[in-house]
Amino acid sequence: MARLHEYEGKALLAERGLTIPKGAACSTPAEAKATAESLGGACVMKIQAWTTSRKAQGGVVFPESADEAGKDAERLLGMRIGQFPVEQVLVEERIAIKDELFVSMSINDAARAPVLLLSLAGGSGVEERADAVHQMPVDPETGVDLAEVRSVLAGSAIEAKFHDGLVDAIDGAVRMAREIEARSVEINPLVTTDDGRVVAADSRVTIDDYAVFRHPELGIDIARELDHPPTRLERIAYDIEQADHRGTFYFAKLPTTGAADERTIGFHGAGGGGSMMSMDAVVHAGFTPANFTDTSGNPSSAKVYAAARIILQQEGVVGYFGSGSGVASQEQHHSAYGVAKAFRELGLDIPAVIRLGGNSEDRAVRILEAACAGLPAEVVGFKKDDPPARCAERFKALVDANGGKVWTPRKRTIPAFVGSSEAIVFRIDLGDGWEGNVWIDNQNCDEKATEVVLANCGGVLEDHGDGLSFAVSNEELLKKDSEMIACEIECALAGYPVVYVDLPIPGIDDLEGEVC
Amino acid sequence: MAILIDETKKVLVQGITGREGRARTKLMLGMGTNVVCGVTPGKGGQDVDGVPVFNDVPEAIRACGEIDISVVFVPARLVKGAAIDAIEAGVKLVVLVPDRVPVWDAMAVAKCATKHGASFVGPNTLGILSPGRGSLGMIGGNAESAKKWFKKGSVGVISRSGGMTSSCAYYIGQAGVGMSTLVHVGGDQVLGLRIPDVALLFEADPETEAIVIFGEIGGSQEEDLAALMNAGKVTKPVVAYIGGKAAKEGTRFSHAGAIIEGGKGTHDGKIKALREAGATVVDAFGELPEAALRTLKTAGIAVGS
Repeated sequence: MARLHEYEGKALLAERGLTIPKGAACSTPAEAKATAESLGGACVMKIQAWTTSRKAQGGVVFPESADEAGKDAERLLGMRIGQFPVEQVLVEERIAIKDELFVSMSINDAARAPVLLLSLAGGSGVEERADAVHQMPVDPETGVDLAEVRSVLAGSAIEAKFHDGLVDAIDGAVRMAREIEARSVEINPLVTTDDGRVVAADSRVTIDDYAVFRHPELGIDIARELDHPPTRLERIAYDIEQADHRGTFYFAKLPTTGAADERTIGFHGAGGGGSMMSMDAVVHAGFTPANFTDTSGNPSSAKVYAAARIILQQEGVVGYFGSGSGVASQEQHHSAYGVAKAFRELGLDIPAVIRLGGNSEDRAVRILEAACAGLPAEVVGFKKDDPPARCAERFKALVDANGGKVWTPRKRTIPAFVGSSEAIVFRIDLGDGWEGNVWIDNQNCDEKATEVVLANCGGVLEDHGDGLSFAVSNEELLKKDSEMIACEIECALAGYPVVYVDLPIPGIDDLEGEVC
Repeated sequence: MAILIDETKKVLVQGITGREGRARTKLMLGMGTNVVCGVTPGKGGQDVDGVPVFNDVPEAIRACGEIDISVVFVPARLVKGAAIDAIEAGVKLVVLVPDRVPVWDAMAVAKCATKHGASFVGPNTLGILSPGRGSLGMIGGNAESAKKWFKKGSVGVISRSGGMTSSCAYYIGQAGVGMSTLVHVGGDQVLGLRIPDVALLFEADPETEAIVIFGEIGGSQEEDLAALMNAGKVTKPVVAYIGGKAAKEGTRFSHAGAIIEGGKGTHDGKIKALREAGATVVDAFGELPEAALRTLKTAGIAVGS
């Protein structure tokens, strides 16, 4: 993920010559005990979690002995920050601190450049005492003006023997930020010690999501800024996004309170701003989105289908709300087919409202509502002239009428002809590690069914009087998922359910009976 | 008049022979934009929809004369180089369409632009559109529907979301209000022209009578606009909606710039700053067109056709 844990950031600082406390990150009480032993027993232990108030939450402790460290680690490793378990603690030597400095580099949107904040009195309450904080511009190519740092130190009460070490540490931190393309680097505190050292006692580092591809050395598996370590569903979604480059797909879990009266929903937006605006509208109507999802930039039907499947892996949601900018330039019928396919396979029994405003919206709403007409719950499509607030109100009415029913994730229904040796089958390749098959129930393709298939297959198939055959090359077939998803839905609506696009989602459909 | 783009500007397209470059060149031509040439290294001598292609920007300028604007459609990792090539060749406005441009690259472009007295829009911008005059980037989708949806008039639109730029314009148009120019500043954290910069351009544009903003959580663009209003530098009426009321701190919401960090860039903070500066801020997006209409009428401004 694009945020580094304290111990990871410290390791990178150490590579650039900064001194960090002796110690190690530990994932078990036994490891913590052994590390404490090697440090002489008394130590500092800190949970490795992305929260601003570890101390206040009891996530920082000072065990006096190795035994105590083992017991503390057991407790800390059982903690949860929000919904997420603590997986590691950092066990470090205790430091006798003389001076505490606050060092923070972040990117300033108004300056279009990084800015360095330096406080000689530590970081606590730094926002409230802006006058005590020195703000210095950072040149994106040459870094910070070290003479300026030196002059700030010269005017301080910090002993002169530490100045060189502090300047080097600040220079190293800024250099690191540039080298690893960090959006922010914070050392809070950077300390001087009684034994004459300058030590980075903490670190917070955020990497630019868009530059992660240039930094394999960081070992970041999910280049996405979240306030929590990625969940299994987020990993599954990220892999789909990376595999299929047609359009974008963003899935993030959102915090829920778990209160008895909380009504969580699956949320599926289209376009960043439109998604956020739509989320605001549905929250205003009294719902809590369990996730934030955005499929946009002309996504394939397959990608939208995967998004809907992943959203519906969330247990306990009372409805499915989709809405974007309202005037999307993407062809909305692709999205309608994708969502409808997911709803049909899962037998959706919670209400869904999808605002499909934009290009081809009439067609999109017609497809969605027709394809979902036989489902246990109501699925309603809206267009660009329906404001999100009205859609949210309609959604609320549908959820209220559904008698408090909550969603249970389930396996998809697959037609019986899938896997049959009589069926026509061809492979779909959606990209790195995501693939599927198109199945056509050849046995039940009578003259009329064949006619319907041909009319809806977007030119992928043909019939020269001896049954269905491929009209395009094998290589072209690999990318015909949108055409065939449309064909599957249209044939079913015409009363000939003879086509099925089998698109197993890695991490969901390949695991027996498991629910995320 | 309009801002940034009109029929008189000479436009270059970098990456013109790529899939997006080709499609959007056609769109821009259809919108009336004067696209005079394109650049793709190694593809000099070809043409795209009748637009000649050159190997680099200096060669294009030698052949076609001074260029006002370059629109960049190259892969994200090549954007920095392309933008710097155009700026160093003397182009004064560069539009960076691609998404996922690394932020340190954007900062390098910013430094280069400052040095050469140039501006840029984006990265991650859908583009700019002046109804009836021309467009830059991919805004409008297709020329036919764009002409139907976006009417000429007196409101300037500035948005941090591409889709919402079109949405704002469409809904305001439905309410009977036309637009001078629509500008999508881009969704990223470091941008060339930001909301306050574009607001100053609208302030100076005699045709623009009011400014509509689609803002978002994160960063300080909306707060900086409020400061300009307080300083009397933006005096035209401002109507705004800010997305992200329901967003929590620390998670990025699609756009790289849409993240609340260290308690900065909150929804409440932006609304308060704008309201105190005298802007009309609506709570629901659906109220935006009516608020724009009311603002124009209150200010005694004739509503466009």
